[in-house]
Amino acid sequence: MATKFDAIMARRGEIMLKALGMDYSVFEQSPIAFDYEGMMSAHGYSLDDIVGIQTRAGVGHTPLLELKNLTDVVRSMSAPGKGARIFVKDEAANMAGAFKDRRASVSIHVAKEKGYEGVIAATSGNYGAAVSSQAARYGLKCIICQETFDSRHIGQPEIVEKSRICEAFGAEVIQMTVGPELFFHMVELLDQTGYFAASLYSSFGVSGIETLGLEIAEEMTALTGAPPTHCVITHAGGGNTTGTARGLKRAGATDTQIISASVDLSGLHMASDDDFNRKSFTTGHTGFGVPFATWPDRADVPRNAARSLRYIDRYLTVTQGEVFYITEAMSKIEGLERGPAGNTAMTVAVSLARDLPRDATVVVQETEYTGAGKHHWAQLNFAKEMGVEVRSGDPTENAPGKVIVIPERPEQIQAKDFDVARMRKSYVRNALKQAPDGYVPTAADIAFLAADTNSDAAAVEAIIAELKEA
Amino acid sequence: MTEETRCNAGDWVEVERVLLEPADRSKNLPPETAEKPLRMWIKGFAQAAGVVGGPMTVETMTGRLVEGTMSAINPGYFHTFGKPIPELVHVGVDLRARLADYHAAQPADAGGGANAQGGER
Repeated sequence: MATKFDAIMARRGEIMLKALGMDYSVFEQSPIAFDYEGMMSAHGYSLDDIVGIQTRAGVGHTPLLELKNLTDVVRSMSAPGKGARIFVKDEAANMAGAFKDRRASVSIHVAKEKGYEGVIAATSGNYGAAVSSQAARYGLKCIICQETFDSRHIGQPEIVEKSRICEAFGAEVIQMTVGPELFFHMVELLDQTGYFAASLYSSFGVSGIETLGLEIAEEMTALTGAPPTHCVITHAGGGNTTGTARGLKRAGATDTQIISASVDLSGLHMASDDDFNRKSFTTGHTGFGVPFATWPDRADVPRNAARSLRYIDRYLTVTQGEVFYITEAMSKIEGLERGPAGNTAMTVAVSLARDLPRDATVVVQETEYTGAGKHHWAQLNFAKEMGVEVRSGDPTENAPGKVIVIPERPEQIQAKDFDVARMRKSYVRNALKQAPDGYVPTAADIAFLAADTNSDAAAVEAIIAELKEA
Repeated sequence: MTEETRCNAGDWVEVERVLLEPADRSKNLPPETAEKPLRMWIKGFAQAAGVVGGPMTVETMTGRLVEGTMSAINPGYFHTFGKPIPELVHVGVDLRARLADYHAAQPADAGGGANAQGGER
Protein backbone atom coordinates (compact mmCIF):
# COMPACT_ATOMS: atom_id res chain seq x y z
CA MET A 1 0.00 0.00 0.00
CA ALA A 2 1.24 3.46 -0.87
CA THR A 3 2.26 5.44 2.20
CA LYS A 4 1.30 9.08 2.79
CA PHE A 5 4.86 9.94 1.77
CA ASP A 6 4.62 8.01 -1.52
CA ALA A 7 1.20 9.47 -2.32
CA ILE A 8 2.42 13.08 -2.14
CA MET A 9 5.69 12.30 -3.88
CA ALA A 10 3.81 10.67 -6.77
CA ARG A 11 2.01 13.99 -7.39
CA ARG A 12 5.20 15.98 -6.93
CA GLY A 13 5.67 16.81 -10.64
CA GLU A 14 2.21 18.31 -11.03
CA ILE A 15 2.45 20.27 -7.74
CA MET A 16 5.90 21.64 -8.50
CA LEU A 17 4.88 22.69 -12.02
CA LYS A 18 2.24 24.96 -10.51
CA ALA A 19 4.52 26.15 -7.70
CA LEU A 20 7.60 26.96 -9.79
CA GLY A 21 5.84 29.15 -12.31
CA MET A 22 7.92 27.54 -15.05
CA ASP A 23 7.55 24.43 -17.21
CA TYR A 24 10.85 22.57 -17.19
CA SER A 25 9.73 19.95 -19.72
CA VAL A 26 10.36 22.33 -22.64
CA PHE A 27 14.11 22.14 -21.96
CA GLU A 28 14.37 18.34 -22.05
CA GLN A 29 16.22 17.04 -25.12
CA SER A 30 16.67 13.33 -24.40
CA PRO A 31 16.59 10.96 -21.42
CA ILE A 32 20.00 12.44 -20.53
CA ALA A 33 20.41 15.92 -21.97
CA PHE A 34 18.57 19.20 -21.49
CA ASP A 35 19.09 22.78 -22.63
CA TYR A 36 20.85 24.25 -19.59
CA GLU A 37 21.53 27.71 -20.98
CA GLY A 38 17.98 27.85 -22.35
CA MET A 39 16.66 27.11 -18.86
CA MET A 40 18.96 29.69 -17.26
CA SER A 41 17.85 32.49 -19.57
CA ALA A 42 14.14 31.58 -19.79
CA HIS A 43 13.22 34.10 -17.07
CA GLY A 44 14.15 36.82 -19.54
CA TYR A 45 16.12 38.98 -17.06
CA SER A 46 19.46 40.37 -18.19
CA LEU A 47 22.28 40.65 -15.67
CA ASP A 48 21.55 44.39 -15.55
CA ASP A 49 17.89 43.67 -14.80
CA ILE A 50 18.96 41.46 -11.89
CA VAL A 51 21.33 44.12 -10.57
CA GLY A 52 18.34 46.50 -10.64
CA ILE A 53 16.02 44.06 -8.83
CA GLN A 54 18.67 43.50 -6.16
CA THR A 55 19.59 47.14 -5.72
CA ARG A 56 15.93 47.99 -5.10
CA ALA A 57 15.72 45.04 -2.68
CA GLY A 58 18.69 46.24 -0.61
CA VAL A 59 20.88 43.40 -1.80
CA GLY A 60 24.40 43.34 -3.25
CA HIS A 61 27.12 46.00 -3.60
CA THR A 62 28.84 44.57 -0.52
CA PRO A 63 32.34 45.74 0.50
CA LEU A 64 35.39 44.05 -1.00
CA LEU A 65 38.10 44.07 1.65
CA GLU A 66 41.78 43.26 1.37
CA LEU A 67 42.91 41.16 4.33
CA LYS A 68 46.44 42.43 4.74
CA ASN A 69 47.09 40.92 8.15
CA LEU A 70 45.85 37.51 7.09
CA THR A 71 48.00 37.78 3.95
CA ASP A 72 51.01 38.55 6.13
CA VAL A 73 50.29 35.55 8.35
CA VAL A 74 50.33 33.46 5.16
CA ARG A 75 53.56 35.10 3.98
CA SER A 76 55.18 34.51 7.37
CA MET A 77 54.96 30.79 6.64
CA SER A 78 55.44 30.79 2.84
CA ALA A 79 58.53 30.02 0.78
CA PRO A 80 60.29 33.13 -0.66
CA GLY A 81 58.22 34.66 -3.47
CA LYS A 82 55.07 32.89 -2.30
CA GLY A 83 52.00 34.10 -0.41
CA ALA A 84 49.13 35.47 -2.50
CA ARG A 85 47.07 38.52 -1.53
CA ILE A 86 43.76 37.56 0.11
CA PHE A 87 40.52 39.53 -0.31
CA VAL A 88 36.99 38.94 0.91
CA LYS A 89 33.57 39.97 -0.27
CA ASP A 90 31.75 40.87 2.94
CA GLU A 91 28.41 39.36 2.02
CA ALA A 92 27.28 39.54 5.65
CA ALA A 93 26.50 43.18 4.78
CA ASN A 94 23.44 42.04 2.79
CA MET A 95 19.95 42.68 4.24
CA ALA A 96 19.56 39.33 6.00
CA GLY A 97 23.27 38.68 6.51
CA ALA A 98 24.49 36.43 3.70
CA PHE A 99 24.93 36.00 -0.06
CA LYS A 100 21.69 34.02 0.04
CA ASP A 101 19.87 37.36 -0.19
CA ARG A 102 21.00 37.52 -3.82
CA ARG A 103 19.37 34.17 -4.42
CA ALA A 104 16.14 35.00 -2.60
CA SER A 105 15.74 38.48 -4.09
CA VAL A 106 15.17 37.22 -7.63
CA SER A 107 12.86 34.35 -6.56
CA ILE A 108 10.69 36.61 -4.44
CA HIS A 109 10.58 39.26 -7.17
CA VAL A 110 9.33 36.60 -9.60
CA ALA A 111 6.77 35.31 -7.07
CA LYS A 112 5.39 38.85 -6.65
CA GLU A 113 5.33 39.52 -10.40
CA LYS A 114 3.50 36.26 -11.11
CA GLY A 115 0.90 37.07 -8.49
CA TYR A 116 1.57 34.38 -5.88
CA GLU A 117 0.22 35.12 -2.40
CA GLY A 118 3.15 33.58 -0.60
CA VAL A 119 6.40 31.62 -0.87
CA ILE A 120 7.74 28.40 0.64
CA ALA A 121 11.31 27.19 1.00
CA ALA A 122 12.83 24.15 2.66
CA THR A 123 16.09 25.26 4.23
CA SER A 124 17.86 25.15 7.57
CA GLY A 125 20.40 27.73 6.43
CA ASN A 126 20.83 31.42 5.74
CA TYR A 127 18.54 31.04 2.74
CA GLY A 128 15.56 30.89 5.11
CA ALA A 129 16.50 34.27 6.56
CA ALA A 130 16.96 35.67 3.05
CA VAL A 131 13.58 34.42 1.78
CA SER A 132 11.83 35.63 4.95
CA SER A 133 13.42 39.08 4.71
CA GLN A 134 12.64 39.55 1.02
CA ALA A 135 9.09 38.22 1.47
CA ALA A 136 8.58 40.79 4.23
CA ARG A 137 9.73 43.60 1.88
CA TYR A 138 7.47 42.40 -0.94
CA GLY A 139 4.49 41.86 1.37
CA LEU A 140 4.28 38.13 0.65
CA LYS A 141 3.46 35.39 3.13
CA CYS A 142 6.30 33.02 3.85
CA ILE A 143 6.71 29.47 5.15
CA ILE A 144 10.14 28.03 5.95
CA CYS A 145 10.53 24.27 6.53
CA GLN A 146 13.57 23.56 8.69
CA GLU A 147 15.32 20.42 9.86
CA THR A 148 15.98 21.70 13.38
CA PHE A 149 15.95 18.98 16.01
CA ASP A 150 17.02 15.43 16.67
CA SER A 151 14.38 13.03 18.03
CA ARG A 152 15.13 14.27 21.56
CA HIS A 153 14.10 17.82 20.52
CA ILE A 154 17.68 19.04 20.83
CA GLY A 155 18.56 21.64 18.21
CA GLN A 156 21.82 22.77 16.69
CA PRO A 157 22.35 26.31 18.09
CA GLU A 158 23.15 27.50 14.57
CA ILE A 159 19.80 26.25 13.25
CA VAL A 160 17.81 27.42 16.27
CA GLU A 161 19.17 30.89 15.51
CA LYS A 162 17.95 30.50 11.92
CA SER A 163 14.46 29.68 13.27
CA ARG A 164 14.59 32.87 15.32
CA ILE A 165 15.67 35.15 12.49
CA CYS A 166 13.03 33.75 10.09
CA GLU A 167 10.36 34.32 12.72
CA ALA A 168 11.77 37.80 13.35
CA PHE A 169 11.09 38.57 9.66
CA GLY A 170 7.51 37.33 10.06
CA ALA A 171 7.85 33.90 8.49
CA GLU A 172 5.94 30.84 9.63
CA VAL A 173 8.66 28.37 10.59
CA ILE A 174 8.01 24.66 10.65
CA GLN A 175 10.68 23.03 12.77
CA MET A 176 11.13 19.32 12.10
CA THR A 177 13.12 16.37 13.25
CA VAL A 178 15.82 14.79 11.09
CA GLY A 179 14.95 13.38 7.70
CA PRO A 180 14.81 14.15 4.00
CA GLU A 181 10.99 14.14 4.20
CA LEU A 182 11.34 17.84 4.90
CA PHE A 183 10.82 18.09 1.14
CA PHE A 184 7.72 15.91 1.33
CA HIS A 185 6.14 18.35 3.75
CA MET A 186 7.19 21.31 1.60
CA VAL A 187 5.47 19.74 -1.42
CA GLU A 188 2.38 19.00 0.71
CA LEU A 189 2.26 22.66 1.79
CA LEU A 190 2.75 23.93 -1.77
CA ASP A 191 -0.23 21.81 -2.76
CA GLN A 192 -2.29 23.10 0.15
CA THR A 193 -1.45 26.83 -0.15
CA GLY A 194 -0.75 27.39 -3.86
CA TYR A 195 2.34 29.40 -2.85
CA PHE A 196 5.47 29.84 -4.97
CA ALA A 197 8.32 27.34 -4.45
CA ALA A 198 11.32 29.55 -3.69
CA SER A 199 13.69 26.71 -4.43
CA LEU A 200 17.40 27.16 -3.78
CA TYR A 201 18.00 25.40 -7.07
CA SER A 202 15.78 27.29 -9.51
CA SER A 203 17.26 29.37 -12.31
CA PHE A 204 15.88 32.47 -10.53
CA GLY A 205 17.93 31.79 -7.43
CA VAL A 206 21.14 30.81 -9.16
CA SER A 207 20.91 33.75 -11.59
CA GLY A 208 20.74 36.00 -8.54
CA ILE A 209 24.23 34.85 -7.47
CA GLU A 210 25.76 35.83 -10.81
CA THR A 211 25.87 39.46 -9.65
CA LEU A 212 28.36 38.40 -6.96
CA GLY A 213 30.78 37.14 -9.62
CA LEU A 214 30.20 40.31 -11.62
CA GLU A 215 30.95 42.57 -8.63
CA ILE A 216 34.10 40.59 -7.80
CA ALA A 217 35.44 40.89 -11.37
CA GLU A 218 34.69 44.62 -11.55
CA GLU A 219 35.87 45.55 -8.06
CA MET A 220 39.08 43.51 -8.26
CA THR A 221 39.85 45.10 -11.64
CA ALA A 222 39.37 48.55 -10.10
CA LEU A 223 41.54 47.64 -7.10
CA THR A 224 44.34 45.55 -8.63
CA GLY A 225 44.04 46.05 -12.40
CA ALA A 226 42.68 42.58 -13.14
CA PRO A 227 40.05 40.07 -12.02
CA PRO A 228 41.27 37.70 -9.30
CA THR A 229 43.54 34.83 -10.26
CA HIS A 230 41.57 32.59 -7.86
CA CYS A 231 38.08 32.70 -6.40
CA VAL A 232 37.40 30.44 -3.42
CA ILE A 233 33.77 29.53 -2.82
CA THR A 234 32.19 27.76 0.15
CA HIS A 235 30.44 24.82 -1.42
CA ALA A 236 27.30 22.97 -0.31
CA GLY A 237 24.50 22.42 -2.82
CA GLY A 238 26.60 23.96 -5.58
CA GLY A 239 24.58 27.12 -6.23
CA ASN A 240 27.22 29.40 -4.76
CA THR A 241 29.91 27.91 -6.99
CA THR A 242 27.69 27.86 -10.08
CA GLY A 243 26.31 31.38 -9.75
CA THR A 244 29.59 33.04 -8.79
CA ALA A 245 31.53 31.27 -11.56
CA ARG A 246 28.88 32.19 -14.15
CA GLY A 247 28.97 35.82 -13.04
CA LEU A 248 32.78 35.94 -13.25
CA LYS A 249 32.67 34.49 -16.75
CA ARG A 250 29.91 36.84 -17.87
CA ALA A 251 32.09 39.71 -16.64
CA GLY A 252 34.95 38.44 -18.80
CA ALA A 253 36.98 36.89 -15.94
CA THR A 254 37.46 33.63 -17.84
CA ASP A 255 40.95 32.97 -16.43
CA THR A 256 39.93 33.06 -12.77
CA GLN A 257 40.43 29.63 -11.19
CA ILE A 258 37.24 28.42 -9.50
CA ILE A 259 38.05 26.72 -6.20
CA SER A 260 35.20 25.07 -4.30
CA ALA A 261 35.71 24.64 -0.56
CA SER A 262 33.91 22.36 1.88
CA VAL A 263 34.31 21.17 5.43
CA ASP A 264 35.12 17.47 5.49
CA LEU A 265 32.28 15.63 7.21
CA SER A 266 33.01 12.26 5.67
CA GLY A 267 31.60 9.38 7.67
CA LEU A 268 28.58 11.28 9.01
CA HIS A 269 25.21 10.32 7.51
CA MET A 270 23.11 13.38 6.65
CA ALA A 271 19.81 11.59 7.40
CA SER A 272 21.01 10.06 10.68
CA ASP A 273 19.22 11.07 13.87
CA ASP A 274 22.38 10.09 15.81
CA ASP A 275 24.83 12.03 13.61
CA PHE A 276 22.67 15.16 13.28
CA ASN A 277 23.97 16.89 16.41
CA ARG A 278 27.48 15.49 16.13
CA LYS A 279 28.35 17.75 13.25
CA SER A 280 29.40 21.31 13.96
CA PHE A 281 28.72 22.64 10.48
CA THR A 282 25.20 22.60 9.13
CA THR A 283 26.21 23.71 5.63
CA GLY A 284 29.28 24.19 3.46
CA HIS A 285 30.24 20.58 4.04
CA THR A 286 30.96 17.51 1.94
CA GLY A 287 27.70 15.86 3.08
CA PHE A 288 25.90 18.21 0.68
CA GLY A 289 28.81 19.15 -1.57
CA VAL A 290 29.64 15.74 -2.98
CA PRO A 291 26.14 14.29 -3.55
CA PHE A 292 24.84 17.50 -5.16
CA ALA A 293 27.90 17.92 -7.41
CA THR A 294 27.73 14.30 -8.56
CA TRP A 295 23.96 14.30 -9.01
CA PRO A 296 22.50 17.84 -9.05
CA ASP A 297 19.04 16.72 -10.15
CA ARG A 298 18.38 15.18 -6.73
CA ALA A 299 17.08 18.68 -5.86
CA ASP A 300 13.49 19.87 -5.41
CA VAL A 301 13.22 21.14 -9.01
CA PRO A 302 13.06 18.95 -12.15
CA ARG A 303 16.40 20.29 -13.35
CA ASN A 304 18.85 21.89 -10.96
CA ALA A 305 20.29 25.25 -12.03
CA ALA A 306 23.24 24.63 -9.68
CA ARG A 307 25.57 22.40 -11.71
CA SER A 308 28.90 22.97 -10.04
CA LEU A 309 30.97 20.42 -11.97
CA ARG A 310 30.56 22.70 -15.00
CA TYR A 311 32.72 25.28 -13.24
CA ILE A 312 34.91 23.68 -10.56
CA ASP A 313 38.66 23.73 -11.28
CA ARG A 314 39.61 22.36 -7.86
CA TYR A 315 37.62 21.12 -4.87
CA LEU A 316 39.47 21.52 -1.58
CA THR A 317 38.36 20.37 1.85
CA VAL A 318 39.34 21.44 5.36
CA THR A 319 38.42 20.19 8.82
CA GLN A 320 35.96 21.73 11.28
CA GLY A 321 38.78 22.65 13.69
CA GLU A 322 40.73 24.46 10.99
CA VAL A 323 37.70 26.61 10.11
CA PHE A 324 37.08 27.44 13.77
CA TYR A 325 40.73 28.51 14.12
CA ILE A 326 40.47 30.83 11.10
CA THR A 327 37.11 32.20 12.30
CA GLU A 328 38.75 33.16 15.59
CA ALA A 329 41.78 34.57 13.72
CA MET A 330 39.57 36.72 11.47
CA SER A 331 38.07 38.42 14.54
CA LYS A 332 41.40 38.94 16.26
CA ILE A 333 43.59 40.17 13.39
CA GLU A 334 41.13 41.54 10.83
CA GLY A 335 38.38 42.87 13.10
CA LEU A 336 35.89 40.84 11.09
CA GLU A 337 33.66 38.71 13.30
CA ARG A 338 31.58 36.53 11.01
CA GLY A 339 29.79 33.17 11.04
CA PRO A 340 31.92 30.03 10.85
CA ALA A 341 30.34 28.26 7.85
CA GLY A 342 31.09 31.21 5.57
CA ASN A 343 34.74 31.03 6.65
CA THR A 344 35.19 27.59 5.11
CA ALA A 345 36.45 29.20 1.91
CA MET A 346 38.63 31.55 3.97
CA THR A 347 40.36 28.57 5.57
CA VAL A 348 40.97 27.00 2.17
CA ALA A 349 42.28 30.37 0.93
CA VAL A 350 44.92 30.47 3.69
CA SER A 351 46.20 27.06 2.62
CA LEU A 352 45.98 27.85 -1.09
CA ALA A 353 47.58 31.32 -0.92
CA ARG A 354 50.62 29.90 0.82
CA ASP A 355 51.63 27.99 -2.34
CA LEU A 356 50.75 30.73 -4.84
CA PRO A 357 53.07 33.53 -6.03
CA ARG A 358 52.89 36.86 -4.17
CA ASP A 359 51.27 38.61 -7.10
CA ALA A 360 48.41 36.09 -7.26
CA THR A 361 45.09 37.36 -5.92
CA VAL A 362 42.67 35.14 -4.01
CA VAL A 363 39.12 36.32 -3.43
CA VAL A 364 37.00 34.60 -0.79
CA GLN A 365 33.58 35.43 -2.12
CA GLU A 366 31.44 35.51 1.01
CA THR A 367 31.05 36.02 4.71
CA GLU A 368 27.87 35.39 6.70
CA TYR A 369 26.38 37.08 9.77
CA THR A 370 27.18 35.86 13.24
CA GLY A 371 25.36 36.07 16.57
CA ALA A 372 24.13 33.98 19.46
CA GLY A 373 24.05 30.33 18.39
CA LYS A 374 25.52 31.06 15.00
CA HIS A 375 29.03 31.51 16.28
CA HIS A 376 32.07 29.26 16.49
CA TRP A 377 32.08 29.35 20.29
CA ALA A 378 28.41 28.31 20.43
CA GLN A 379 29.03 25.47 17.98
CA LEU A 380 32.08 24.23 19.89
CA ASN A 381 30.38 24.43 23.28
CA PHE A 382 27.48 22.47 21.80
CA ALA A 383 29.83 19.87 20.30
CA LYS A 384 31.35 19.32 23.76
CA GLU A 385 27.86 18.88 25.26
CA MET A 386 27.07 16.30 22.57
CA GLY A 387 30.13 14.26 23.56
CA VAL A 388 32.44 15.34 20.75
CA GLU A 389 36.04 15.72 21.94
CA VAL A 390 37.51 19.19 21.30
CA ARG A 391 41.26 19.53 21.67
CA SER A 392 44.32 21.39 20.40
CA GLY A 393 46.73 19.57 18.16
CA ASP A 394 47.32 18.35 14.66
CA PRO A 395 44.19 18.73 12.49
CA THR A 396 45.03 15.55 10.58
CA GLU A 397 43.75 13.78 13.72
CA ASN A 398 40.27 15.20 13.08
CA ALA A 399 37.45 12.61 13.04
CA PRO A 400 34.02 14.02 12.06
CA GLY A 401 31.48 13.45 14.83
CA LYS A 402 34.15 12.24 17.27
CA VAL A 403 37.08 14.65 17.53
CA ILE A 404 37.48 18.31 16.55
CA VAL A 405 41.15 19.25 16.56
CA ILE A 406 41.94 22.97 16.73
CA PRO A 407 45.31 23.74 15.11
CA GLU A 408 48.05 25.11 17.37
CA ARG A 409 49.75 27.05 14.57
CA PRO A 410 48.58 28.37 11.17
CA GLU A 411 51.16 26.13 9.43
CA GLN A 412 48.97 23.17 10.36
CA ILE A 413 46.16 24.39 8.12
CA GLN A 414 46.38 22.21 5.03
CA ALA A 415 43.49 21.91 2.61
CA LYS A 416 43.14 18.57 0.84
CA ASP A 417 42.27 18.05 -2.81
CA PHE A 418 39.07 16.13 -3.38
CA ASP A 419 39.35 14.07 -6.55
CA VAL A 420 37.32 16.02 -9.16
CA ALA A 421 37.96 13.35 -11.82
CA ARG A 422 36.24 10.83 -9.57
CA MET A 423 33.31 13.22 -9.09
CA ARG A 424 32.96 13.58 -12.88
CA LYS A 425 32.86 9.82 -13.25
CA SER A 426 30.27 9.50 -10.52
CA TYR A 427 28.18 12.23 -12.17
CA VAL A 428 28.25 10.47 -15.56
CA ARG A 429 27.20 7.19 -13.92
CA ASN A 430 24.25 8.94 -12.22
CA ALA A 431 23.23 10.70 -15.44
CA LEU A 432 23.26 7.45 -17.43
CA LYS A 433 21.08 5.81 -14.76
CA GLN A 434 18.24 8.21 -15.68
CA ALA A 435 17.92 6.71 -19.16
CA PRO A 436 15.91 3.52 -19.78
CA ASP A 437 17.78 0.20 -19.98
CA GLY A 438 19.51 -0.27 -23.31
CA TYR A 439 19.47 3.44 -24.20
CA VAL A 440 22.59 4.36 -26.17
CA PRO A 441 23.81 7.93 -25.51
CA THR A 442 23.86 10.03 -28.68
CA ALA A 443 26.60 12.43 -29.74
CA ALA A 444 24.40 15.24 -28.35
CA ASP A 445 24.17 13.42 -25.00
CA ILE A 446 27.96 13.07 -24.90
CA ALA A 447 28.35 16.77 -25.67
CA PHE A 448 25.90 17.61 -22.86
CA LEU A 449 27.74 15.39 -20.36
CA ALA A 450 31.05 16.96 -21.39
CA ALA A 451 29.66 20.46 -20.77
CA ASP A 452 28.05 19.37 -17.51
CA THR A 453 31.38 18.03 -16.23
CA ASN A 454 33.68 20.71 -17.68
CA SER A 455 35.50 18.05 -19.71
CA ASP A 456 35.41 16.89 -23.34
CA ALA A 457 33.70 14.22 -25.44
CA ALA A 458 36.73 11.90 -25.35
CA ALA A 459 36.85 12.04 -21.55
CA VAL A 460 33.12 11.28 -21.27
CA GLU A 461 33.39 8.39 -23.74
CA ALA A 462 36.31 6.97 -21.76
CA ILE A 463 34.21 7.11 -18.57
CA ILE A 464 31.27 5.41 -20.30
CA ALA A 465 33.54 2.65 -21.63
CA GLU A 466 35.02 2.15 -18.16
CA LEU A 467 31.55 1.97 -16.57
CA LYS A 468 30.47 -0.64 -19.14
CA GLU A 469 33.43 -2.85 -18.26
CA ALA A 470 32.77 -2.65 -14.54
CA MET B 1 10.39 30.89 37.51
CA THR B 2 7.39 28.69 36.78
CA GLU B 3 6.46 27.84 33.23
CA GLU B 4 2.97 28.84 32.17
CA THR B 5 0.85 25.74 31.61
CA ARG B 6 -2.46 27.37 30.66
CA CYS B 7 -3.12 29.72 27.79
CA ASN B 8 -6.03 31.88 26.74
CA ALA B 9 -7.45 32.17 23.25
CA GLY B 10 -5.24 34.53 21.23
CA ASP B 11 -2.01 33.76 23.11
CA TRP B 12 1.13 32.99 21.08
CA VAL B 13 1.82 29.28 21.57
CA GLU B 14 3.57 26.31 19.99
CA VAL B 15 2.02 23.01 18.95
CA GLU B 16 3.69 19.74 18.15
CA ARG B 17 2.44 17.03 15.82
CA VAL B 18 3.61 13.88 14.10
CA LEU B 19 3.93 14.37 10.35
CA LEU B 20 4.86 10.78 9.48
CA GLU B 21 4.73 7.69 11.63
CA PRO B 22 7.73 5.35 11.18
CA ALA B 23 5.74 3.11 8.79
CA ASP B 24 4.93 6.08 6.54
CA ARG B 25 8.47 7.41 6.27
CA SER B 26 10.83 7.38 3.29
CA LYS B 27 12.33 3.96 2.62
CA ASN B 28 15.94 5.19 2.37
CA LEU B 29 16.68 6.08 5.97
CA PRO B 30 19.31 4.80 8.37
CA PRO B 31 17.66 2.60 11.04
CA GLU B 32 18.08 5.09 13.91
CA THR B 33 16.01 7.62 11.92
CA ALA B 34 13.56 5.17 10.36
CA GLU B 35 12.38 3.86 13.72
CA LYS B 36 11.31 7.33 14.88
CA PRO B 37 8.33 9.41 13.77
CA LEU B 38 8.94 12.62 11.79
CA ARG B 39 7.75 15.34 14.19
CA MET B 40 7.16 19.04 13.71
CA TRP B 41 6.65 22.13 15.84
CA ILE B 42 4.92 25.32 14.75
CA LYS B 43 3.89 28.57 16.47
CA GLY B 44 0.72 30.57 16.17
CA PHE B 45 -2.21 32.18 17.98
CA ALA B 46 -4.20 29.80 20.19
CA GLN B 47 -7.74 29.38 18.91
CA ALA B 48 -9.08 28.55 22.39
CA ALA B 49 -7.95 28.35 25.99
CA GLY B 50 -5.92 25.22 26.65
CA VAL B 51 -3.22 23.46 28.63
CA VAL B 52 0.30 22.35 27.74
CA GLY B 53 0.08 18.70 26.72
CA GLY B 54 -3.54 19.06 25.61
CA PRO B 55 -5.01 19.49 22.13
CA MET B 56 -4.69 22.91 20.51
CA THR B 57 -5.33 24.56 17.16
CA VAL B 58 -3.22 27.59 16.23
CA GLU B 59 -3.55 30.19 13.51
CA THR B 60 -0.06 30.56 12.05
CA MET B 61 1.64 33.66 10.62
CA THR B 62 0.29 32.81 7.15
CA GLY B 63 -3.24 32.34 8.49
CA ARG B 64 -3.30 28.54 8.33
CA LEU B 65 -5.00 26.55 11.06
CA VAL B 66 -2.78 23.78 12.42
CA GLU B 67 -3.88 21.23 15.00
CA GLY B 68 -1.55 19.53 17.41
CA THR B 69 -0.60 19.09 21.03
CA MET B 70 0.33 22.30 22.79
CA SER B 71 4.05 22.09 23.61
CA ALA B 72 4.77 25.60 24.93
CA ILE B 73 3.22 28.97 25.68
CA ASN B 74 5.05 32.03 24.36
CA PRO B 75 8.23 30.01 23.65
CA GLY B 76 11.48 31.98 23.70
CA TYR B 77 14.96 31.70 22.26
CA PHE B 78 17.71 30.82 24.67
CA HIS B 79 20.66 30.04 22.40
CA THR B 80 23.83 31.85 23.41
CA PHE B 81 27.52 32.23 22.59
CA GLY B 82 28.55 30.22 25.62
CA LYS B 83 31.93 30.35 27.27
CA PRO B 84 35.15 31.23 25.41
CA ILE B 85 36.80 28.13 24.00
CA PRO B 86 40.09 27.37 25.85
CA GLU B 87 41.53 25.79 22.69
CA LEU B 88 41.01 29.13 20.86
CA VAL B 89 41.91 31.77 23.45
CA HIS B 90 45.59 31.82 22.42
CA VAL B 91 44.92 32.39 18.72
CA GLY B 92 44.71 36.19 18.79
CA VAL B 93 47.82 36.68 20.92
CA ASP B 94 49.85 34.19 18.89
CA LEU B 95 48.95 35.69 15.52
CA ARG B 96 49.47 39.29 16.61
CA ALA B 97 52.94 38.35 17.92
CA ARG B 98 53.67 36.52 14.68
CA LEU B 99 52.63 39.56 12.63
CA ALA B 100 54.81 41.87 14.74
CA ASP B 101 57.82 39.58 14.19
CA TYR B 102 57.11 39.29 10.48
CA HIS B 103 56.75 43.04 9.97
CA ALA B 104 59.93 43.74 11.98
CA ALA B 105 61.88 41.34 9.75
CA GLN B 106 60.83 42.96 6.45
CA PRO B 107 63.30 45.33 4.77
CA ALA B 108 61.75 48.81 4.77
CA ASP B 109 62.34 49.43 1.03
CA ALA B 110 61.52 46.03 -0.45
CA GLY B 111 57.77 46.12 -0.40
CA GLY B 112 57.72 44.05 2.77
CA GLY B 113 54.48 42.51 3.85
CA ALA B 114 51.05 43.31 2.54
CA ASN B 115 50.72 45.87 5.31
CA ALA B 116 53.97 47.58 4.29
CA GLN B 117 52.89 48.10 0.69
CA GLY B 118 51.89 51.71 1.21
CA GLY B 119 48.58 53.37 0.60
CA GLU B 120 45.47 51.96 -0.93
CA ARG B 121 45.04 52.30 -4.64
